[in-house]
Amino acid sequence: MTTDSLTVEDIKARTRAFIGKFFKNIELQDDEDIFALGFVNSLFAMQLVMFIEKEFGIAVEDQDLNIDNFRTINAMADLVKGKVL
Amino acid sequence: MRIELTEQQASAKAAFRAFVDHEIAPYADQFDREERVPTSVIQKLAREGYLGQVVPEEQGGTGTDMVTFGILNEELGRGCSSIRSLLTVHSMAAFAVLKWGSADHKSRFLSRLVSGEIIGAFALSEPNIGSDAKSVETSARLVGDRYVLNGRKRWMTFGQIADVFLLFAQVEGKVTAFLVERNSPGFSTEPIKGILGTRGSMLAELRLDDCEIPKENRLGGLGFGLAAIGTSALDIGRYSVAWGSVGIAQACLEACVEYTSTRRQFGVPIKDHDLVRQMMTNMITNTKAARMLCYQAGYLKDSGDSRTVMETWIAKYFASTAAMKIAADAVQLHGANGCSEEYPVQRYFRDAKIMEIIEASTQLQQMNIAQYAYEH
Repeated sequence: MTTDSLTVEDIKARTRAFIGKFFKNIELQDDEDIFALGFVNSLFAMQLVMFIEKEFGIAVEDQDLNIDNFRTINAMADLVKGKVL
Repeated sequence: MRIELTEQQASAKAAFRAFVDHEIAPYADQFDREERVPTSVIQKLAREGYLGQVVPEEQGGTGTDMVTFGILNEELGRGCSSIRSLLTVHSMAAFAVLKWGSADHKSRFLSRLVSGEIIGAFALSEPNIGSDAKSVETSARLVGDRYVLNGRKRWMTFGQIADVFLLFAQVEGKVTAFLVERNSPGFSTEPIKGILGTRGSMLAELRLDDCEIPKENRLGGLGFGLAAIGTSALDIGRYSVAWGSVGIAQACLEACVEYTSTRRQFGVPIKDHDLVRQMMTNMITNTKAARMLCYQAGYLKDSGDSRTVMETWIAKYFASTAAMKIAADAVQLHGANGCSEEYPVQRYFRDAKIMEIIEASTQLQQMNIAQYAYEH
């Protein structure tokens, strides 16, 4: 997936769409804590990391493995933004 | 769609097969009986570059694609599941250092793992904890500039000889990953003997009694030990075991083609009996189906596609259960000879059972794979 002309809104929309495939019938807000909602198991977490890496062409590394970076769509967008924008 | 190995992959497969036929398969029953793999064999694996398959060339590894890595697992699994299991746990540790390690971790461990100077292993299971991995009881607490670990890890493949363990412990109630070296103060191992299958895999219990490691040996943040580091390492392990199961199935198939062609009953080779042909047909079909699922999982890994996580679960589920059935049929086709140590099928049968338990049990897979259907 190209990251040319990528906007924060694009990042949020694509991330929301990916999460939505796993958790149907939920209107996830950008600032909702997916851990607090009980969405996250280890399999989903790994798929989420792989999705972010492939979709936005970045490498999630050791120092990025902080729960706060994956807690909300906003946080994930910030993580991606910090690496590609 | 094109389902065909590239010229490079086909050439690698031929080389792996020749290596296994010459260096591994003739000695596999001996490794099984003696419950150990000689250091000289591990050194041969290292010399062939097999211990650095998941590490890119620029980091000193072989840098092969995941399909080729899978083929290597099939071929080693065809020859000796214990040696395939070394590749599994060593690759899991090397992958974790590569993917999640700091520059310091990489400089301290990666090149030595690739060269085989040190052996890596994986330490998650405990006496009281198997599938419920998030409930590990081993603890780690930060004291000054060191983590102090206490607990027991059990069933560690090649735990008798591994130099560094990707190990999981609770820190403030969160499962966290560490690299624990054998020479750490307070670390010891106890060999586990008499296991049913993969008897050469040198299992050990790890004992952590106020075991001290540098705080820098933590991988990732608190609480991500299982969610990203453990799961991604287990994904590599599960992929390796899936392919290893295909190897067992292929070994059974080849043994049965030979045996049923030469063994005669009622005046004809037993391959001429219809019920034998039925069993052979099921063996062939299930072996090929398992291999195709493994190819798909590998292709998705090489594409960086997150669907590989569940496709690997499915491949491992199918391949391990198929290998068990195929190995049972292989023993059946060999009759009393199949129960004797003069024929390798009894070893395949015992090894196949282990495949249904390690890197997620059949039942855990059935729960997770079904759940996947409701999510997508």
